[in-house]
Amino acid sequence: MNKLMKKQNTQKKHSTLWGPILAVVLLALVLTIVTGKFMTVNNLLNIMRQTSVNALVAFGMLFVLLTGGIDLSQGSIVGFAMGIVTWLYLNGINNSFLMIILPIIVGVICGFINGVVFTKLHLPHPFVSTLGMMQVLRGLTLIITESKPVSGFNQPVLWLGSASIMRIPVCFLLVILVVAVTSVFLNKTSMGRQIYSVGGNIEASRLAGIKVDTTLITTYALSGFMCGLAALVLIGRVGSTYPLAGEGYEMDAVAACVIGGASFSGGKGTVGGTLVGALIIAVVNNGLNLLGASQDAQKVVLGIVIILAVLVDVTRTRRSEKRRRLAQASSENA
Amino acid sequence: MNDVIVELKDIKKFFPGVTALKNMSIQLKRGEIHGLIGENGAGKSTLIKVLTGVYKPDAGSIFVNGEEKRFQNPNEARAAGIACVYQELNIVTELSVTDNMFMGNYVKKKSGFLDYSYMDQKVKEIMSGMNQTVNPSTLCAELGMGLRQMIEIGKAILLEARVLILDEPTSSLGEKEVQELFRTVKLLKKKGIAILFVSHKLEELFELCDVVTVMRDAEHIITAPMQEMTKDKLIMHMVGRTMSNMYPKKESNPGETALEVRNLTRYGSFENVSFTARHGEILGFSGLVGAGRTEVFRCVFGVDPLDAGEIFINGKKIDIRDTRDAIAAGMAYVSEDRKGQGLVLEESVSRNLSLVNLKKFVKGFLINDKGVLKQAEDTVDTLKIKTPSVESQVINLSGGNQQKVVIGKWLNTDSAIYIFDEPTRGIDVGAKLEVYHVMNRLASEGKCVIMISSELPEILGMCDRVIVMRTGKIMGEIGRKETYFNQEDIMKAAWGGSIGNE
Repeated sequence: MNKLMKKQNTQKKHSTLWGPILAVVLLALVLTIVTGKFMTVNNLLNIMRQTSVNALVAFGMLFVLLTGGIDLSQGSIVGFAMGIVTWLYLNGINNSFLMIILPIIVGVICGFINGVVFTKLHLPHPFVSTLGMMQVLRGLTLIITESKPVSGFNQPVLWLGSASIMRIPVCFLLVILVVAVTSVFLNKTSMGRQIYSVGGNIEASRLAGIKVDTTLITTYALSGFMCGLAALVLIGRVGSTYPLAGEGYEMDAVAACVIGGASFSGGKGTVGGTLVGALIIAVVNNGLNLLGASQDAQKVVLGIVIILAVLVDVTRTRRSEKRRRLAQASSENA
Repeated sequence: MNDVIVELKDIKKFFPGVTALKNMSIQLKRGEIHGLIGENGAGKSTLIKVLTGVYKPDAGSIFVNGEEKRFQNPNEARAAGIACVYQELNIVTELSVTDNMFMGNYVKKKSGFLDYSYMDQKVKEIMSGMNQTVNPSTLCAELGMGLRQMIEIGKAILLEARVLILDEPTSSLGEKEVQELFRTVKLLKKKGIAILFVSHKLEELFELCDVVTVMRDAEHIITAPMQEMTKDKLIMHMVGRTMSNMYPKKESNPGETALEVRNLTRYGSFENVSFTARHGEILGFSGLVGAGRTEVFRCVFGVDPLDAGEIFINGKKIDIRDTRDAIAAGMAYVSEDRKGQGLVLEESVSRNLSLVNLKKFVKGFLINDKGVLKQAEDTVDTLKIKTPSVESQVINLSGGNQQKVVIGKWLNTDSAIYIFDEPTRGIDVGAKLEVYHVMNRLASEGKCVIMISSELPEILGMCDRVIVMRTGKIMGEIGRKETYFNQEDIMKAAWGGSIGNE
């Protein structure tokens, strides 16, 4: 009896991930049949490259979503972190180490400020604090870069976004590494567990003596960190910097998280799911590309995919709630 | 008699494991103010919900003007002329008086647009009929609680209610507003409306009501004309129970003072609260809901900031700025709202059980999952928590087992002072007994146990000493005399009498 129930429980946990994975596989199958070009090594490597930036930003968004928040400033942080590199270049500093380390530091600082502004100024919702930050950072980016695109960076700066190891793009290896590290972080460290607790029930967490503010600030700082990493990958992929880099990335990130099973009310979502979510977006875009669909049509399809994915999730939650009600009713009657 | 507008006869209502109403009968008559009184949990709210069609009774009948009715939903009760103004007002503060009064019943012109001139006029008429003047286009946010309540009453009149239920209408009003309300209620009485007035305040009943009904333990106890009643009689009817023997026997040897607070004040919640709690005893906090007991302990536990006062633990003054300070000082707080403040519902039993002491299992950077699971298995065994496994989500457990998880979480911290806030609310009898055993065990181990409870039998059965609070103040402290408490003392203190000076 106990074992059976245990099995059901673990199955439930995994099922949230199996849905999206199944979707990716099905999509891939269909695309393989419809176009001969999909299942080629080159195209798969392409998808890996196309996924990387969105996946990294989405991991950042996941931390914040887990606490029930949102980070609208992500795209602007990516732009600003990249803008710092432009600024260095414009000021005649072409030091590779600085150009690699500064975007990441700047990202963390921006995220930290997001968290502090939200928690310590008692703003009603991170929507407000990060919406403000989004505008501020975009403006600052345009100011410090004089709205100029810049190219011609040293090889080490471009390495993360452009190099491959045994044909596999380094940026995708980075994504895998990040998945591994953040999974351990979220599941095996006390800060990681606290992120879930705070998102699941902020009052219970406060009463349990958890440092709620610190936990929240940490998630925003982590979001900023991921944006810094993404900026670095983006520079390598594009080979240059541009002032409007990252615009709208936060929305793709939310999409990846939500497709991967994360919830806006917090406490729910996994890194693995988010990666799968990002992959679905990349595969859809890639497939439509191969089929010759326009950028505009891709948006329409992607929008529908997002709504469908959440619909599936919501339906599943409602079913399990109903099952729970029935189970409780029957146990009470017994 | 033609005067009876609504009659309930032998109404029964059951919830899983609880009888909420047994054989409740009441008659509400034209032009009569009928008082309803009883302890927390006596069944008053259930009665109101049956009257207003929120609950369907499991047995018994409802008659409106002599005709038997079965309300399928609140709309049908409203259509039959029964309206209720709840303690928590249903006012949208960002809308105008007219909008609030006509919400859901907007009057439209032929063109399809709203007919505000008509509605504003109607609002003025109704309000002046209650001796109130208010500008119909004022936002409700600008009005005081008294006027907001008037608007709700006006809404009932607009819907031509013939029975008006007022559920603790004075609890959030000032003295002047209360008098204003009473004048209005008397006016409505003259107009032939039947009024059911539910209150916790005895004085108000005597001032206003013609007839009073006392409820206790889900039952009708007595209905009598007000002038035949005295305060003492009312209290006697409310208490008059025999003690059940569901409370486990125990030995208590109170030791040194564990917790002492002096002159705690948080304006608006409580003032000048001082008391001591000893190791090895169970100290009860009794009083009505809203007397300020929870608020006191939220401050003691560092959830809300204090305005004034000092807290001493084992004789040493300590400064508590947040819950972490309180936990570090050896306190544990089982909050009254287990779903809202006690549990992370979507998470597993083991994770909830390690919510407070997770740090204990961290080695280097990583959590030792085996330790967390072991702790959970042990707690599940000792508290007899019924769960398929320690990995199950707590949302799937029954109320009693959820409460055991909340308690288990704190037992795992090995604190010295345990504060239980309504620890047995909404859980079944078996689980209650387990909770009592836990409290007794803690006390016998020399821990200091504090129990806030609105259930008098529980306070009487479990505690060594009882402190009674009323409207944010401590009304008195009552010790166990030989083996029993004088329950009427406690009731008097809680309900606004004075403790007898024997």
